[in-house]
Amino acid sequence: MNRVIERTMIVPNMHLLTLEAPEIARKIQPGQFVIVRADDEGERIPLSVADWDIGKGTITIIFMEVGASTGVLAGLTAGDSVATCVGPLGNATTIGRFGTVMCVGGCYGIGSIYPVARELWYAGNEIIMVFEARSSYLIYWADRFVHRAAKIFTITRDGSLGMKGHITRLTDVIHALPKPPDRIIVNGCTYLMAHASEVTKNLGIPTVVNLNPIMIDGTGMCGVCRVTVGGTTKFACVDGPEFDGHEVDWKEFLARRKQYTNEETSYFRHSDPKPILHREGKCHS
Amino acid sequence: MSEEKQGKLDLNRHDMPKQSPEMRRHNFNEVALGYTQELAVAEAKRCLQCKKPKCRTGCPVEIDIPDFISYIVKGDFKSGIKKLKEKNCLPAVCGRVCPQESQCESQCILKNKGAEVAIGRLERFLADWEATQGEVDIPLKAARTGKKVAVVGSGPAGITVAGDLILLGHDVTIFEALHKAGGVLIYGIPEFRLPKAIVAREVEYVKKLGVNVITDYVVGKTRSIDELLKEFDAIFIGTGAGLPWFMNIPGENLNGVYSANEYLTRMNLMQGYRFPMSSTPIRKHAKVAVVGGGNVAMDSARTALRMGADEVRIIYRRSHSELPARAEESENAEEEGVIFNMLTLPVQYIGDENGWLREIECLKMELGEPDASGRPRPVEMPNSNFKMKMDAVVCAIGNSPNPLVPSTTPGLETTRHGTLVANPETGKTTRDRVWAGGDIVTGAATVILAMGAGRKAARSIHEFLTTGKQ
Repeated sequence: MNRVIERTMIVPNMHLLTLEAPEIARKIQPGQFVIVRADDEGERIPLSVADWDIGKGTITIIFMEVGASTGVLAGLTAGDSVATCVGPLGNATTIGRFGTVMCVGGCYGIGSIYPVARELWYAGNEIIMVFEARSSYLIYWADRFVHRAAKIFTITRDGSLGMKGHITRLTDVIHALPKPPDRIIVNGCTYLMAHASEVTKNLGIPTVVNLNPIMIDGTGMCGVCRVTVGGTTKFACVDGPEFDGHEVDWKEFLARRKQYTNEETSYFRHSDPKPILHREGKCHS
Repeated sequence: MSEEKQGKLDLNRHDMPKQSPEMRRHNFNEVALGYTQELAVAEAKRCLQCKKPKCRTGCPVEIDIPDFISYIVKGDFKSGIKKLKEKNCLPAVCGRVCPQESQCESQCILKNKGAEVAIGRLERFLADWEATQGEVDIPLKAARTGKKVAVVGSGPAGITVAGDLILLGHDVTIFEALHKAGGVLIYGIPEFRLPKAIVAREVEYVKKLGVNVITDYVVGKTRSIDELLKEFDAIFIGTGAGLPWFMNIPGENLNGVYSANEYLTRMNLMQGYRFPMSSTPIRKHAKVAVVGGGNVAMDSARTALRMGADEVRIIYRRSHSELPARAEESENAEEEGVIFNMLTLPVQYIGDENGWLREIECLKMELGEPDASGRPRPVEMPNSNFKMKMDAVVCAIGNSPNPLVPSTTPGLETTRHGTLVANPETGKTTRDRVWAGGDIVTGAATVILAMGAGRKAARSIHEFLTTGKQ
């Protein structure tokens, strides 16, 4: 049982969840994740960790409400608790002095790339931050990157901020720089990571992605998170979650992520009303 | 029931009542229903009470088998269970999942007549009888020693170590990575073979003895062994064999291809069969193939049937007589309608455009000369390829030890199989104050062997804690 310290919707559908987890806070490194189970009937879902506070003994997660399990998490309020929060799991991001590192974040990945960017900045790298979102109002935590990033770019689907278009415009971002970055790290949805990797592969820039497959235990036991990287099968939970974006079999990865889409929607059709479905929307608060 | 007698010997081994195959293939309730008191006493009376009981030598934890059976004959079940528990702290579990036919019962003198005493069923009877008697007696604990022991993993090895050491007066904390304690007994073995309530009862029992059980805690991640050694005087590692093997054949990452661990964990630990009441989904597949011939393969196949599959096949590369599963389990599976494709080896999984499994391609095998395991080597028959339409495949070909703890613990030696190097008599590893036992040392084996290893390690840890010798 881990106590909820805070749960707020920071932009529509995107939630910040701070949990009491002193041992995890003490141990966690950028790039690692936790497995959370909202309640006793809950599914075990892997969530990237966006921040932590050793002094307060807390960790902060940014997650998007996409289905039943994240729906329950989105209904939590301070003082509630989650049944399970276990970690830190997976390997930490490789931190080194690479030179210029471009950090690309979209969706929940803006949160999870924040500690990565911070650590890389401490290690002496120049940070170029790229936000990707459908629209400007879905971007959060921009202030956190301001004093660490040498440059900040934004790509929005509707053009409400920065460049208009899809993540494929990353090419234009890279061309706008005096020289290409030495390394690119991408956190976010599968499409973002897959397409960004495609762009950077053509440009020959080393690219690291932080994969987010379905998991159960998160410790190498079930193998549901397997992913083909460079022609060999890896378990994202123990061999990753970070991999070379140019080597990931994205088609397979995407298909594996969608395995339970039917069941997830049937859950909404058949189950008893869940409190979450009756929760008042706070989108514009 | 026919009374077959030969001299004074009663050769009528009593069957245990079971749910009928037609009924049980549609529910997750336990298949075997257990002896009634009358049946148990009648079966117990068949024991010859040998002066030098060979059955004991067949038991990895040396239970006083004739002794506990003699109490059943007298109807003194309370003394019987007490006797049993002197050597085995998990009788309700062992009575169900131990391979008695290759252990105690294989040594029974009546085996020569084909009518060995049903020791396992009697063990189960006593344990189940005790469960109906309300509060379980808590044995007397030794005075507290102030020594602290950490047990990593709450499977059969860990529970045994914890149960033994707490009674000897030490402080014991179990760390479990998953959210429920019990290890493979909880996530692996299905409800219809080992009801989860029984495992929960055993875990409650060690808690009642005073063992602190911490779930959701991954040793090697949340805290390393070295960090634990700062707080604890001794550590026992019983993390089991939890890393699933795949065959490395094309198409293995298609949707619909599961490791047995995933399939069973979704069902057992996460209660997928109750979906959508539980929130972990499991797909309903019409045609399911299970690759492998062990107990885990039988568990997976029988689970698939209960999930409503129309066709479930066991695909095994050797023949029926080499099946590593207990005879009882493969018979149960067959009765329930599982189809056995023996001497068959999958070579490729073929999917559709959306990445879902549609067909499996197999080769026919024949048996050749015995290999290192002593079993005939399966040899591929050239040009014997054929295809079967399948919606799901469960790969149940075995597990290797989970490397999480070994890989994060410097100086903890492993073998080339990934198992921990440990003294077989004491469980002592290559690290100071660290012991290990169960599947993490032996590779995937049985519940009772893990318990036996736990018992030996507990003895050795106790000696260290009281004398300083390791």
